[in-house]
Amino acid sequence: MDNKQIRVRVKFFAAPREALGTEEIELEIATGSTVKDLIDLLKERHPVLEAYVRFINVAVNRVYVGMQTELHDGDEIACLPPVGGG
Amino acid sequence: MELFEITTEDIFTDDVVARLNDPAVGAVVTFVGVVRGTTNDREVRYLEYEAYPEMAEEQLRRIGEEIRERWETIREVAIIHRVGRLEIGEIIVVIALSAAHRAETFDALHYAIDRLKEIAPIWKKEVWENGAKWRSEGHGKRRDQ
Repeated sequence: MDNKQIRVRVKFFAAPREALGTEEIELEIATGSTVKDLIDLLKERHPVLEAYVRFINVAVNRVYVGMQTELHDGDEIACLPPVGGG
Repeated sequence: MELFEITTEDIFTDDVVARLNDPAVGAVVTFVGVVRGTTNDREVRYLEYEAYPEMAEEQLRRIGEEIRERWETIREVAIIHRVGRLEIGEIIVVIALSAAHRAETFDALHYAIDRLKEIAPIWKKEVWENGAKWRSEGHGKRRDQ
């Protein structure tokens, strides 16, 4: 890993998890990338996610964040489809 | 005893109520969510619940904090939600609130279940005889971003 890249983990749940076939992906992305950059990269690498991303909320390290939030090395990002507990 | 928990085990309402045991308490209200055998006139075989457990427990704790800020009379809150495969009639969630007196407990309980459906990262899959679908409460984007 060169210092222009950060390494993050991305977790998936429910329908997008099933579509993707895995619950977690590790990837490297450019330093300074935002949540939106990450989502764009995921869509590019995994076109199957296209159908889900517009409904997804994102959490970084278990806190809901906006699309412009900057990511940091070691972050745990969660792609959260519309919830339905209870 | 944990007051906010995501569990794969059976939930017993009495056990959750017991977690609020306190001599200052004079009223406990509970909401018990149970797996229903039909949705939209369709027969359900079973439900599959999935959570992001670490975050879900934090969100449940946050709901408890919000309630105690809004209603000073509420003494304690417990929310236990089950995940995994749930059969018809099994308990999905128990929410219990305690107070010295019953005033406001029902409003606070209503708030708790609404918030749970809004901010807890928990998902439900309905499985029928010939298909299955992940269900949400309908509002895609969170309202309090």
